[in-house]
Amino acid sequence: MFINIYKQDKTAGALLGIIALISILVPFCNMISPVGSILHFSAYSVSLMGKYLTFALLGLSLDLVWGYCGILALGQGAFFALGGYAMGMYLMRQIGSRGVYGNPLLPDFMVFLNWKELPWYWFGFEHFGLAALMVLLIPGILAFVFGWMAFRSRVTGVYLSIITQALTYALLLAFFRNEMGFGGNNGLTDFKEILGFDIQSENVRGCLFLISGLMLIVAFLISRWVIQSKLGRVVTAIRDQETRVRFLGYRVELFKLWIFVFSAMLAGIAGALYVPQVGIINPSEFSPLNSLEIVIWVAIGGRGTLYGAIVGAILVNYAKTLLTGWAPEIWLFFLGATFILVTVFLPDGLIGFWQRRWQGRQS
Amino acid sequence: MTELALNPGELDIRHGTILYLEDVSVSFDGFKALNKLSLYINAGELRCLIGPNGAGKTTLMDVITGKTRPDSGSVFFGQTINLLEMDEPAIAKAGICRKFQKPSVFEMLSVFENLELALATNKGVWATLFAKLNGEQRDRIEKVLETIGLTEHRTQLAGILSHGQKQWLEIGMLLMQDPKVMLVDEPVAGMTHQEVERTAELLLSLQGERSIIVVEHDMEFVRSIAQHKVTVLHEGSVLTEGSMDEVQNDPRVIQVYLGD
Repeated sequence: MFINIYKQDKTAGALLGIIALISILVPFCNMISPVGSILHFSAYSVSLMGKYLTFALLGLSLDLVWGYCGILALGQGAFFALGGYAMGMYLMRQIGSRGVYGNPLLPDFMVFLNWKELPWYWFGFEHFGLAALMVLLIPGILAFVFGWMAFRSRVTGVYLSIITQALTYALLLAFFRNEMGFGGNNGLTDFKEILGFDIQSENVRGCLFLISGLMLIVAFLISRWVIQSKLGRVVTAIRDQETRVRFLGYRVELFKLWIFVFSAMLAGIAGALYVPQVGIINPSEFSPLNSLEIVIWVAIGGRGTLYGAIVGAILVNYAKTLLTGWAPEIWLFFLGATFILVTVFLPDGLIGFWQRRWQGRQS
Repeated sequence: MTELALNPGELDIRHGTILYLEDVSVSFDGFKALNKLSLYINAGELRCLIGPNGAGKTTLMDVITGKTRPDSGSVFFGQTINLLEMDEPAIAKAGICRKFQKPSVFEMLSVFENLELALATNKGVWATLFAKLNGEQRDRIEKVLETIGLTEHRTQLAGILSHGQKQWLEIGMLLMQDPKVMLVDEPVAGMTHQEVERTAELLLSLQGERSIIVVEHDMEFVRSIAQHKVTVLHEGSVLTEGSMDEVQNDPRVIQVYLGD
């Protein structure tokens, strides 16, 4: 499969191969080698790399709407966080009576708030299947309702970008409130088990890492199939000449809606894989800044390529980890400066730059 | 009901007229772009619309294709289809297609893909996601490629075509939609002399099967394709209609074009 893709598109094939290799090798090395050997990755670094993979999936989801359909969505983080909260609710219910207050039914924060029973929207979240479905449905439904209203009234360009920011900001404020029943400021944390396995154990971390990698590959392949279908060409055409597409007889708003909902679901999956690996989800994930950062990952990697988003997300987040450890106060300046430099000097992002060099050398 | 009943929404051209515009008025901030304009287009006719700048030619196209809603008046497609109740995709689907003044092909797609998107077929979202071209559809695209003379450019990105080639590609995209009425806005603007001649041939070869409305400034070009009727617009309404010779010798037309 990778060889086939490699034949069609060298960059995509090579990148997928590398991701597949890392996803399998890292957990495998940890299984066969003892703690302390050079082949052994610490729990911290496995989680960190797993987090990068979920960010890569999030970047990929934004590239679909922004890179291909031209919708500069500045609220992609909201769908990520909603997926994360759905997974977080499942993990909270798995704590059971092991919480600080030992209440078998209610999570700690509800006991603290003196709640007597579980709110109706928490029902069923003890089942993994339902939670997994909600990871897709909640971001999907929100994107559907929001997109339906926005695209049908033909809100485009900077206005649409601003209302997507407003959307994620509104959710940020809502989730901060204790009465919402999602743990308020502190969010959901202190997870113990996932599907009956200890969430802190090395094997589970390895598994989550592997699943994140595989999910990224699967999402990439599906997205690539979508983009190469006729729908992908219609979406690209909408990006470049929206009015013209309408006169060809396509209902532009439905095409935008489809790609927007699909992308929101991918972002939801990314959030759901992120939460068990970092061990917490709180309202700060809805912060408008987070959504802006996603745009920067994609711009730096190169939009409209799918793999550019993956490369951008991983590189920028790696740089963030290094820089925030070394000199946290300069991180945002660094990010802003990189964004400006890339926009001015590498309009196609790193991937575009690299491909041009590559083609230049070959010809 | 003695005559064969038509299905609702089916085009009825038994009276020979395919497009009816009656007393259509459009104003923008008090400026009357169209002023009680009435126009009738026959099935299979090639009609040229001329008129000085600001006469309302483009607004007229906007009204027919659903881009602009008139303040008053009625617009019917055949006897039964009320275009004022439909939006752009629905009108396009019913069979009225438009070529814009400025060539608006999809530059990041190939010539072939541009035609593929225009192809008359199910344009729903899911149908489009799973769409595969069948042999008949491929043949149709090949045939249109040949008609517009772009067969050898099929895999090129539309963005690197010459100006004239882009205009032909757009005409090809109209043909792919298999329209009953083609609205062609300034097809030869910015073309070289040879390109203008080829475009005239192309449009002439298409008349008969469908109605074509051509809006154009270039009088020489209009003369070369106007075999029947020419309509002159002025200040948002029809000034006069007739053959090219009649129109050109009409003192009102001369005054409008040359000033007092």
